[in-house]
Amino acid sequence: MTKSVMIVGVGGQGSLLASKLLGNLLMSEGFDVKVSEVHGMSQRGGSVVTYVRFGEQVFSPIISQGEADIIISFEKLEAARYASFLKKDGKIIVNTQQIDPMPVIIGAAQYPENVLSELTDKGVSVEALDALSLAQQAGSSKAVNIVLMGKAAKYFGIPYEKWITAIESTVAPKFIEMNKKAFDLGYNS
Amino acid sequence: MKKLMIGNMAVAAGLHDGGLGVVSSYPGTPSTEITEFLSKYDDLHSEWAPNEKVACEVAFGASLAGARSACAMKHVGLNVAADPLFTLSYTGVNGGMVICVADDPAMHSSQNEQDSRHYAIASKIPMLEPSDSQEAYDFAKSAFELSEKFDTPVLIRMCTRIAHSQSVVETGEVIPTVLKDYEKNPQKFIMMPGNAIKRHPIVEDRTKALSDFANDCMYNKAEYNGSDIGIITSGCSYLYVKEVLGDSANILKIGMPHPLPDTLIKEFASKVKKLYVIEELDPVIETHVKALGIECVGKELFSILGEFSQSTIAKAFGKEDKYSVSADSVIPPRPPMMCAGCPHRGMFYTLSKNKITVMGDIGCYTLGAVAPLNALDSTLCMGASVSGLHGFNAARGESAERKSVAVIGDSTFMHSGMTGLVNVAYNATNSTVIILDNSITGMTGHQQNPTTGFNIKGDPAAKVDLEALCKALGINRVRVVDPYDLKACDTAIKEELAAQEPSVIISRRPCVLLKSVKHEAPLTVDSDKCKSCKRCMGLGCPAISLKDGKAKIDNTLCVGCGVCKQLCAFDAIN
Repeated sequence: MTKSVMIVGVGGQGSLLASKLLGNLLMSEGFDVKVSEVHGMSQRGGSVVTYVRFGEQVFSPIISQGEADIIISFEKLEAARYASFLKKDGKIIVNTQQIDPMPVIIGAAQYPENVLSELTDKGVSVEALDALSLAQQAGSSKAVNIVLMGKAAKYFGIPYEKWITAIESTVAPKFIEMNKKAFDLGYNS
Repeated sequence: MKKLMIGNMAVAAGLHDGGLGVVSSYPGTPSTEITEFLSKYDDLHSEWAPNEKVACEVAFGASLAGARSACAMKHVGLNVAADPLFTLSYTGVNGGMVICVADDPAMHSSQNEQDSRHYAIASKIPMLEPSDSQEAYDFAKSAFELSEKFDTPVLIRMCTRIAHSQSVVETGEVIPTVLKDYEKNPQKFIMMPGNAIKRHPIVEDRTKALSDFANDCMYNKAEYNGSDIGIITSGCSYLYVKEVLGDSANILKIGMPHPLPDTLIKEFASKVKKLYVIEELDPVIETHVKALGIECVGKELFSILGEFSQSTIAKAFGKEDKYSVSADSVIPPRPPMMCAGCPHRGMFYTLSKNKITVMGDIGCYTLGAVAPLNALDSTLCMGASVSGLHGFNAARGESAERKSVAVIGDSTFMHSGMTGLVNVAYNATNSTVIILDNSITGMTGHQQNPTTGFNIKGDPAAKVDLEALCKALGINRVRVVDPYDLKACDTAIKEELAAQEPSVIISRRPCVLLKSVKHEAPLTVDSDKCKSCKRCMGLGCPAISLKDGKAKIDNTLCVGCGVCKQLCAFDAIN
């Protein structure tokens, strides 16, 4: 059975690294894996979505409405934007950080503050955490991606140590310690 | 060795392992990474060319010299390279030659969604189309052999979902680079009428031979599962079909969309009761199947627009799962925008404030079109800002010349802005061209270009002097301005628009995302001094927002460029 994971956020938040970490780890666990990335214009502060799918044999690299087992969102609004991709009994893991999109910045739209409670009211399982604070605690606001992977780790049934090994082989040497700390803070949050 | 690779990386590995000697490309999403990955190999020559036509001709020259060669480009890049492409079909090759072209259905990062398969048909060049990274590797590696066997360049068609999706690849043995002998052969390589007229029938015979080859080759395969339904499909559509229908339909997977395998298609069609053709974009396979006199269902069920997914297939075959949950609030869109500290912002703000007509071009600065700047009037294709401005001014005369400019990036100017500027000088409109020189090819992810002083490997290289170049092209008024200095931008625009001759303003500051660019400390707003006038909001900077009526600067995004500070009349930003 193919499992589907979406990593969503705002261009520039580091979703490519998160998907690389997850993809490599799942492959080393013996799964067939497909990861669909976004490059180019959308990366410039736009809404970005990365699909990770794994199982015995994966065909499509993308995820359709009602198919995602887990949505890992780097930003609150983006979690709501992609909620329709969640399958019944799926789970959302979300960073509570709020990044205003341009229509909100210029006053043409309102940032919907209560989207997460609207989703939980409909029975969606939402795990929210302040990943930005935890990332800063680990040493860099850029480590939000790894904090969130730490939070999501337990849903993949892969032991903690293997995640650490994957981090060591994925991130640049000088950032390994900081990212390990970020992962740990997310894992234990 | 097994490895997760995006399709573009797999193409690069396949080309390398197939014995590639020379690659020349111009960056373009979703094709860029093919050449970026190839630049990491030291046993071949790699380069960024100024445009796709140059790249394709470099690959031709390398093939003529006896090397296996390649070039890579996005779909619209093939329009630029179309001139050499059509005649390369006549000359054929010496060393094998591969042209990689990446289509962008749904226009994730493009100005149109043209279907490159038409080029294969029109130029009579065979085309391969992989469905995943393993095929991207296998097809690319084998393409050189196909090219040399049939004496033709080979097109490899990628699309965004294949180019940018990682899947598992098992690589094979590396075929060492070999330089074949070069012998002068005017009848084959000098395409003047007397020679070309003899080459055309050879091209037609070659297509026939390739069509026969296509009936029994590694690229096309029929999967029979005893069902009444038959589906002819290719590329990523194949994956969606397999995802939804699995082994419950017969599938003819086309990995070589030109020339199509007539015998195989007829045989497949004869074994099924109902035939579907499922392909993204234009009905290329469908039209061919119908021309063979075979009935099929195609575009009446599967859109000509955008991308497919597994749900496209599920809907068509009544297998859709309707579950869906959503928040009640309206979710505002989050369009891409210029980064905090982007050097283009100050120039666009000034143009917008002065209500200038702006002919735009292709790059990050196309984002000058979005609110609140709304600074652009047109965007067509690479280089069209400069030539389009000249035409605009030629049509409307002095009143337009005083109120309109072209904006074009440094890399785009190298690509195809120079010829337009020659035309401005030669055919004399008082046009004002602004070169937005951020010292890098930005939108495609920071590639070097002839104005940066570095080559694809990051080694020092000849650096085009833009000021001297513009003067040499016939423009006497050339000035440089720092786009972080709003007053200087305003003065430069007003003076050059008033000038009675053509002029160039070089708006120069490196892209804020470059590692070499040092950021200043983030600015903050003194909320006691802020009078909520919202003037700073007019910049459309993602770091500035309103909180409780007052401006607020996000210190994780602000790079201290200081442009907003210049706008604040109350000295609230420091």
